[in-house]
Amino acid sequence: MKKLAILGAMTAAGLSAGVASAATLDDVKARGKLNCGVTTGLVGFAAPNANGEWEGFDVGVCRAVAAAVLGDPTAVEFVPTTGKTRFTALASGEIDMLARNTTWTFSRDVDLGFEFVGINYYDGQGFMVPKELGVSSAKELDGATVCIQTGTTTELNLADFFRANNISYEPVPIETNAEAQPLYLEGACDVYTTDASGLAATRAAFENPGDHVVLPEIISKEPLGPLVRHGDNQWGDIVRWSLNALIAAEELGVTSANVAEMSAAAGSNPEINRLLGTEGTLGEMLGLEADWAVKAISAGGNYGELFEKNIGENTPIGLARGLNAQWTEGGLLYSPPFR
Amino acid sequence: MSTISDPPSGSFQLSMLINDTRYRSYTFQFIALILLILAFGYLGSNLLANLKAAGLNISYQFLGEPAGYDINQTLIPYTSQSTHWQASLVGVLNTLLVAFLGCLMATVIGVVVGVLRLSDNWLVRQLMSIYVEIFRNVPVLIWILIIMAVFIAVLPQPRDFRGEDAEASMVLGMFAFTGRGFYTPAPIFGVGSGFVVAVFLASIAGIFAFRNYAKKALYERGRLIPTFWPSVAIFFIPSILAYFILGRPISLEYPELKGFNFQGGIFMRNSLIALWFALSIYTAAFIAENVRAGILAVSKGQTEAAASLGLRPGRIMNLVVLPQALRVIIPPLISQYLNLTKNSSLAIAVGYMDLTGTLGGITLNQTGRAIEAIFLLMLFYLAISLAISAIMNVYNNAVKLKER
Repeated sequence: MKKLAILGAMTAAGLSAGVASAATLDDVKARGKLNCGVTTGLVGFAAPNANGEWEGFDVGVCRAVAAAVLGDPTAVEFVPTTGKTRFTALASGEIDMLARNTTWTFSRDVDLGFEFVGINYYDGQGFMVPKELGVSSAKELDGATVCIQTGTTTELNLADFFRANNISYEPVPIETNAEAQPLYLEGACDVYTTDASGLAATRAAFENPGDHVVLPEIISKEPLGPLVRHGDNQWGDIVRWSLNALIAAEELGVTSANVAEMSAAAGSNPEINRLLGTEGTLGEMLGLEADWAVKAISAGGNYGELFEKNIGENTPIGLARGLNAQWTEGGLLYSPPFR
Repeated sequence: MSTISDPPSGSFQLSMLINDTRYRSYTFQFIALILLILAFGYLGSNLLANLKAAGLNISYQFLGEPAGYDINQTLIPYTSQSTHWQASLVGVLNTLLVAFLGCLMATVIGVVVGVLRLSDNWLVRQLMSIYVEIFRNVPVLIWILIIMAVFIAVLPQPRDFRGEDAEASMVLGMFAFTGRGFYTPAPIFGVGSGFVVAVFLASIAGIFAFRNYAKKALYERGRLIPTFWPSVAIFFIPSILAYFILGRPISLEYPELKGFNFQGGIFMRNSLIALWFALSIYTAAFIAENVRAGILAVSKGQTEAAASLGLRPGRIMNLVVLPQALRVIIPPLISQYLNLTKNSSLAIAVGYMDLTGTLGGITLNQTGRAIEAIFLLMLFYLAISLAISAIMNVYNNAVKLKER
């Protein structure tokens, strides 16, 4: 089945000659919908809610881009992808962009022919174990059975970590986060490892989150960000600056609540004016309308609002801003200037 | 109109390619061939053009690079520093292992069920029909998932074995049945164990020789020599004697709960067992139908003739019906073996690292070489399938009706 799907995607890529490389913007506009690749379901980042509507932090990025390009944050077709299918889906043109907590690595950027447009979450790989095992450090995991999502960078980090510490483990490869949960809860594996944010999201979905602890070790750098195909620079710019607009909006104090008021007329801060299109021609340069950023910000709020609403400390996932705070507040978020 | 039987020579006209029945079929076959070549040529050139446009190329260099990931079940030495090629070979061997075990078990269950479906006992007959219909008509992927889920949910986990009044305990102090798999004692071969193994192999050869002798005695001199108990004796006695005479050179290593898991002994992972079992019972349902068809294809007169010679029902089945039925059973049986082997590519559903899981899964993903990996994957499966087919055809030739 899976083989067929990949082959089908490859054939589709072969047949739709030229589509994949040329103007994605025109395709999206002609279609009236943005095809956005997301996970198959990770609460807080991308998961359908009770009404079947996708919501989450990564979904927010998709909606912001759709709003900037098409003016409608709901004009998104969410395509669920697994760790294995995501790159084929993007390379074949099945999706226009991928916002699926994907780690930015050298080989993915250079060798696979993709373009990472930025980082929307600074993450690292962690371990979760049941409290009753009494483990306090990842170095005590000698001989443990570890559940791991296959086709991810975590698989390689895990091998490196255990090799570097000269301890052994038994990997249990699984395809999706949803499949991992029952295995971990039934005790078929002692440890579940993935990005720390994913662990927090998974733990939040448990019946008794308190019975499980996330170990202090973070064994890798996992800068997660949206990516597009290599070769269509205009489209890459649009996605990049849509993300930057969300980050800059938080820094400049533009929120979904005050964006309408601030964009009604030019204000006193020239950078806000340029961002919101009341001054200058930034939207035109991107090939979009002048108020593109206004629409992107109104879609779900600025970066901080998206964070608080989906994965912040007041949600069941309860992630602190940490590295993902603005640079002015000791974090790593730093949008290049809108000029 | 006599020109059809006696065409005028040397007057070939182009229109004859269409109008003359002698050439027409060649013409159309030739046209079809050209179209086929063009279609594949178009697909190929399109692929190359698009790869070029996307700045990608076809390269198998990644096979020589370190894989970087670990595999749980490895039949050959493998570490995360081994190459992608080595990882692929680990996958091939895992595929072959589950295919071999699956074919074996499917055949045994299939033959038993197929024979019992023709039983005179109404209850047995109906039970077997229910088995066949249920397992044949539900997709094998669902069976794999069901069996794995039941496995994990029902059996205790290693942590349940821990503590003073543990929830679970080992069977006979030797076997541990956990949700992660089965742990059994492993033999440790000491000095002189080679001799015991040699004796054991020799006694197996001895059983075959004895049965051949018994058969010969039956066919040539009409003497019926009992074979069952002597076979059992030959199987056990020499090996056990050698074992004790040489001072018990083979000892057992028992699995023990250490840390997170049992250590020592032989570990059969839950993924292997679930996949093996699911593939076996699924394919066995098809094989049962093949066996039933084969038996029904043997004329009733054969059974009646054998009965009138005084043979008992068991012997009629073994000596008269099954040998003839095999000729009908084996060709479809080959397809079932091939199906089972290819269905084993669903292994990733339970995390069994077969060829699709290593080469077509992690390697493909980590290197991003989708076309190369899929192409190699197809070649591997093709080679495995053709090999199984070839072996089974040799067997088919051996049992098929020899016309003289």
